[in-house]
Amino acid sequence: MAGVGSKGFLDNLAKIYAIYTGGFILFVIGLAIGEQMGLSNKMIGYTFMGLTIALYAFIGISSRTSKVSEYYVAGRSVPPVFNGMATGSDWMSAASFIGMAGTIFGLGYDGLAYIMGWTGGYVLLAVFLGPYLRKFGQYTIPDFLGARFGGHAARTIGIIAAITASFTYLIAQVTGVGIIMGRFLGLDFATGVFVGLMGILVCSMLGGMKAVTWTQVAQYIILIIAYLVPPVTMSQKVTGVPIPEIMYGQVLQKIDAKEKLINADPKETEVRELWKAEAAKIDADIKGLPASLGAKKAELEAKLAALPPEATAADKEKISKSIAGLPKTPEEAKEKWTAANKAAVGKSKPIKPYLQPFARLDMKNMLALTFCLMVGTAGLPHILMRYYTTPSVQDARKSVGWSLFFIFLLYFTAPSVAAFARNEVLNNIIGLPITQLPQWMANWGKVGLVSFKDINADGLLQFYELTIGPDAIVLAMPEIAGLPYTISGLVAAGGLAAALSTADGLLLTISNSLSHDLYYKMINPKASINMRLAISRTLLVIVALISAYVATFKLTIIVELVAWAFSIAAASFFPALVMGIWDKRANKAGALAGMYIGFFSCLIYMIGSRFYGLDIWGIKTISSGLFGIPMGFIAIFVVSRMTAPPSQELQDFVESVRIPRGAAKEHEEGMTSGH
Amino acid sequence: MAKELKGLDQQKLKDYWSYNIRLTTITMVIWFVVTYVAIFFAPELDKIVIFGFPMGYYMGAQGSLIVFVILIFNYSNKMNKADKDYGVEEEEE
Repeated sequence: MAGVGSKGFLDNLAKIYAIYTGGFILFVIGLAIGEQMGLSNKMIGYTFMGLTIALYAFIGISSRTSKVSEYYVAGRSVPPVFNGMATGSDWMSAASFIGMAGTIFGLGYDGLAYIMGWTGGYVLLAVFLGPYLRKFGQYTIPDFLGARFGGHAARTIGIIAAITASFTYLIAQVTGVGIIMGRFLGLDFATGVFVGLMGILVCSMLGGMKAVTWTQVAQYIILIIAYLVPPVTMSQKVTGVPIPEIMYGQVLQKIDAKEKLINADPKETEVRELWKAEAAKIDADIKGLPASLGAKKAELEAKLAALPPEATAADKEKISKSIAGLPKTPEEAKEKWTAANKAAVGKSKPIKPYLQPFARLDMKNMLALTFCLMVGTAGLPHILMRYYTTPSVQDARKSVGWSLFFIFLLYFTAPSVAAFARNEVLNNIIGLPITQLPQWMANWGKVGLVSFKDINADGLLQFYELTIGPDAIVLAMPEIAGLPYTISGLVAAGGLAAALSTADGLLLTISNSLSHDLYYKMINPKASINMRLAISRTLLVIVALISAYVATFKLTIIVELVAWAFSIAAASFFPALVMGIWDKRANKAGALAGMYIGFFSCLIYMIGSRFYGLDIWGIKTISSGLFGIPMGFIAIFVVSRMTAPPSQELQDFVESVRIPRGAAKEHEEGMTSGH
Repeated sequence: MAKELKGLDQQKLKDYWSYNIRLTTITMVIWFVVTYVAIFFAPELDKIVIFGFPMGYYMGAQGSLIVFVILIFNYSNKMNKADKDYGVEEEEE
């Protein structure tokens, strides 16, 4: 076979990836047969992880390159459909693959804000940015800011925003890799992270964007197969038709009916009353602080002292652990207990209907969240960068459509996964005797994703006696559908592909910002091509190691930071990019003002609402961009008109970006790479 | 003047850009209606149930997404055609 990315490869893309897909399906079937013949679960897990990572490494090695345009923009040779697939897996992270269905499972209608937000953003990208960036035809997003708004100032903010947004996002992906490797291979977290990273590095270090692109296409194929198999089987099993996206309508009706029955069940009322009592108790403890904390400690210590001599070590340890688990300070106690109280209050009320709009998020916040997610999507540098890689402007336009199409395949299935899971839980599990619960609950209970406790001691499982972590929905689906373990391994490989492909794109964005924008464009414009590539590769390894190191701390704030990074990208990048193309009068002063104001007004609301009770119209922290985005636009518009218009040269530049004619082709590389 | 602007009819350039603005506006209006207006009226839409799907829910879960995909392909087809009509398409290699 010709090398990946060579002419022979590019001419036969469809054939090569069709053979690859067929081969992958045969491999899965082969493993399933092996499982029947006694292959152990652990072996299946290792085969999946080992084979897929080896595959990604193989693509990386065979597409190694020393050409600048191949390293940064895959030689601008990626046809629209394949760029669409690559963007799809670049975009869909561990959170989309594993977490999304679980979020909808928990939030019902209101969770759809994520579905609409993370797809609708592509419409903004298609009409406001994608084709124009391709026409501009350089290598990074800060490149555009630098060229359009002249000088290093705009480029510098671009670099900072690109790195902040991408780095937090990267840590979340690396954490995802560690969790998946740990759960399916039994590796400890740190080992899992480093094994996964090796796969990423071999790929992106040698071949840059070219290798990342062709690996992402391969990863997309694995992740979409992995995502679709369980719900298709489930739909066949529950409704008799294997098209979950159409058939789950009737399942929604079953969920709705069962929720009404549960709310009317006296046993359920009993459990809710118990939660109400629990909430009142916690509330009293909060009011009784700091004395109540000391009393709790004293009580436990007395209990420990009062243990009879024949008590086992395990009993002692249990009480010692509860003592150690108590909050250290009254402030910590207040925060912890307030959260516990809120959870208990939630469980003391009847189930809010799954289908009812605005039951968990009010309408205002739903609208705001959807908007912020959309704009954030269109402002993320690792996605925007992908539209530099198509052969032409026309292809860039088509490519946005294909990107969304491939993302759509997963996103419009996610609500059906959520519905089938919720139906299973409500109609087949709630009300079962505790001793007869299905095996999957025990399996996922071991890793803490599922937990249940017979609070009213009637031997049966009531709704509020069960807690299911959002990640369990997708991961446990194969077992719920009664599929063999091979499919669980497939889903894990899919989750790994989703996390790795996103990590690849992010890593490249960060190292390119540093090597291309900071080093080459600002520090040493005379650097030779070899020097630039060497620096880029070195930085890639360093950034990867730092992110792995940070990930091993498992900071809980990371998930929150990702949401923040999103709003920050939306408020700082999006207005400057859009105005740079659409407003000829926008100038450097305006853009700088807009980026600063967008960035800081977003940041102020985030920190203010999260920690200091700042509240405007009841908008939640996650939608902080709602204020930063319009303020960024207004600042650019107003400040630009208060200062001198941009030079004729820059105005011509804007004109030229607006038409496809004259777009850079790959062979013009010599002109743009500085020699 | 940028090299690609040379020799182009200024009036055609203007017409091309206003065509683009018109198409973009229509796209954004539809985008706005299928997301934000659909969220706003979700409780009313939910009264219509097809195949078990309350329509408010359906719009959020699938309807708006289908429209997004169609919108982008429609935009790209129309613009790619307009490039040729107004004579600003990319040169063949």
